[in-house]
Amino acid sequence: MEALGLLLLGFKVLLTWKILALMMVGLTLGIFVGVLPGLGGPNGVAILLPLTFTMDPTSAIVMLSCIYWGALFGGAITSILFNIPGEAWSVATTFDGYPMAQKGQAAEALTAAFTSSFIGSFVAVLLITFLAPRIASFALQFGPPEFFAVYLLTFCSFVGLGKEDKHKTIISMALGLLIAGIGMDTVSGTLRMTFGSSELLRGVNFLVAVIGLFGISEILLTMEERLALKGHAARISLRVVLSVWKDLPKYWVTLVRSSFIGCWLGITPGGAIAASFMGYNLAKRMSKDPESFGKGRIEGVFAPETAAHASGTSALLPMLALGIPGSGTAAILLGGLMVWGLNPGPMLFVEHKDFVWGLIASMYLGNVVGLIMVLTTVPIFASVLRVPFAAIAPMIVVSCAIGAFAIQNAMFDIWLMVLFGVVGYVFKKIGIPLAPLTLALVLGSRAEDSFRLSMIGSAGDMGVFWSNRLVGTITTLALVLLFWPLISRGIRALRGRPRGA
Amino acid sequence: MTGPDEVLGAAPQDEGDTSPGVVGRRPVESVTLAVVLAFASLMAWDNWRTGIRWESTGPQAGYFPFYVSLIMAGACIWGLAVEIFKRGTPDEPFVRRNQFRRVLQVFIPTLLYVPATEWLGLYVASFILIAGFMILVGKLKPWVSIVTALVFSVAMFVTFEIAFDVIMPKGPLERMLGY
Repeated sequence: MEALGLLLLGFKVLLTWKILALMMVGLTLGIFVGVLPGLGGPNGVAILLPLTFTMDPTSAIVMLSCIYWGALFGGAITSILFNIPGEAWSVATTFDGYPMAQKGQAAEALTAAFTSSFIGSFVAVLLITFLAPRIASFALQFGPPEFFAVYLLTFCSFVGLGKEDKHKTIISMALGLLIAGIGMDTVSGTLRMTFGSSELLRGVNFLVAVIGLFGISEILLTMEERLALKGHAARISLRVVLSVWKDLPKYWVTLVRSSFIGCWLGITPGGAIAASFMGYNLAKRMSKDPESFGKGRIEGVFAPETAAHASGTSALLPMLALGIPGSGTAAILLGGLMVWGLNPGPMLFVEHKDFVWGLIASMYLGNVVGLIMVLTTVPIFASVLRVPFAAIAPMIVVSCAIGAFAIQNAMFDIWLMVLFGVVGYVFKKIGIPLAPLTLALVLGSRAEDSFRLSMIGSAGDMGVFWSNRLVGTITTLALVLLFWPLISRGIRALRGRPRGA
Repeated sequence: MTGPDEVLGAAPQDEGDTSPGVVGRRPVESVTLAVVLAFASLMAWDNWRTGIRWESTGPQAGYFPFYVSLIMAGACIWGLAVEIFKRGTPDEPFVRRNQFRRVLQVFIPTLLYVPATEWLGLYVASFILIAGFMILVGKLKPWVSIVTALVFSVAMFVTFEIAFDVIMPKGPLERMLGY
């Protein structure tokens, strides 16, 4: 198989001391931010991005993705030991993980969580390895109308499938698109929305916005809640690990089901949170003894963790193959790629083979190394939570400021970051989701370019989005997803009527 | 805490915060929507001025953002209508007084920190921010705070300035040291 050969090439790129060392550093930092209260995957990646600015693209993206894996693993530690989910998708892990810790089975719960994270991501990485190149080579035939249709599909699925109020998702997305448009127009070179400011001429940098939206606002929120950190200590012994692993085959149905759900929802934008809950609920519903869930059942840890990590990982598939991130964190990783002038999408597989396959190989390696690291170092990382937040908060502020300044050496960007911090804080508190904003910021200019190029090609005829079967299907699907809440209500009404009458 | 494990204690439990709300959630939501609406209108106007028509080469620069602003304005009006419709139903506090005090405890130093990086240089300002925050807000031991802040700032300086060549704003101290 071609993919296997290329994967081997990827491993060859990776297996240098420098990259392996960077992986370890990335994983350690990632677990660290994953464990810290109030910080998780997207915030961690956003804050630590500037560290990678001076590296070559391969090293940088390997380190960033390792930060991401580390944060995913770290989130499980706080969920189980402290009943604080590091990320929204870790919420379902607390249902059975924390009760297990209370019963004195913290080590078992943690081993189960790490192992199932590993399995979930592994399945998803396999999927990426074999599917991503195919999708990418298929997408090579895409012209501007097809690309715009895919972007539209992404945006619409966020609006239609998201749990938040629809108008709030739309506001968030439109704001992202507008901010992405500030500055010099890439097609005509005209200045727009700058209001004569020379600072805005450059446009608003994506990373500056993200560092503010996720980093600064998270500090404000965490200060507000003043998380009460009371939890259980844990040490994982080899005996516990082996005994959990010995029981693993018993749960193969749960593991396979959750991996499948996770991969499926992960490729759909915005699906990771839904995946973990769906994995948990299905395991509960199909169990012979659903009553025992929520009281510390190991299956209740396996199911959501596998699904969450399968989806968190498979969210990278559309990012690599099409240039469309499936989650907020994937969007930030994508922003990171663009710093080095790498344009994610189908061309990446042709033009930067070693980079793409290095990244995919690093997913395998990062997962294995990460699993071993978390299993052996849990006590150290759990004690990180003893460090008072009053020491951590200003350090995070400083890291954010360094990050924001380093991107374009502009003082103005630090102010912008603070502004975005306030915006993020208010938006989160009134329920305006930040993921669509992030996505729109990173995709905005490309969506606009593909729209305008299609319009130029068709001389202004909107019919271009239905001009062939492929683009027509995608566009129609996008519109169906946009109006999905209405459509599903309609279907339910039609189905409910005969029964009611 | 039940269970045989050791308990890692930290900050006191704060769940029973009953301090009065500073402001309701719904007014904040309405004001935010109104501000976003104003922003959308401003953007729509600016893009209209840039040009939203068609040229021989395709749509003008303002075309795409203009319609995005219209969609955003529409979503805001929809949201405001929902808010008006729900008026009179019970509201929850947006933020309680104790919470708000803590938010300001970190926000105001951050706000002061930004101009300070310009005058004193980023590293000195960072040292002051961290040490000051740990002592005044965290009530931690002064020597622990100062050592932590010093170690962190020096580590940052070595990482970025020396190892990675990332240039940060510098002030009198760095100039004195010859950087």
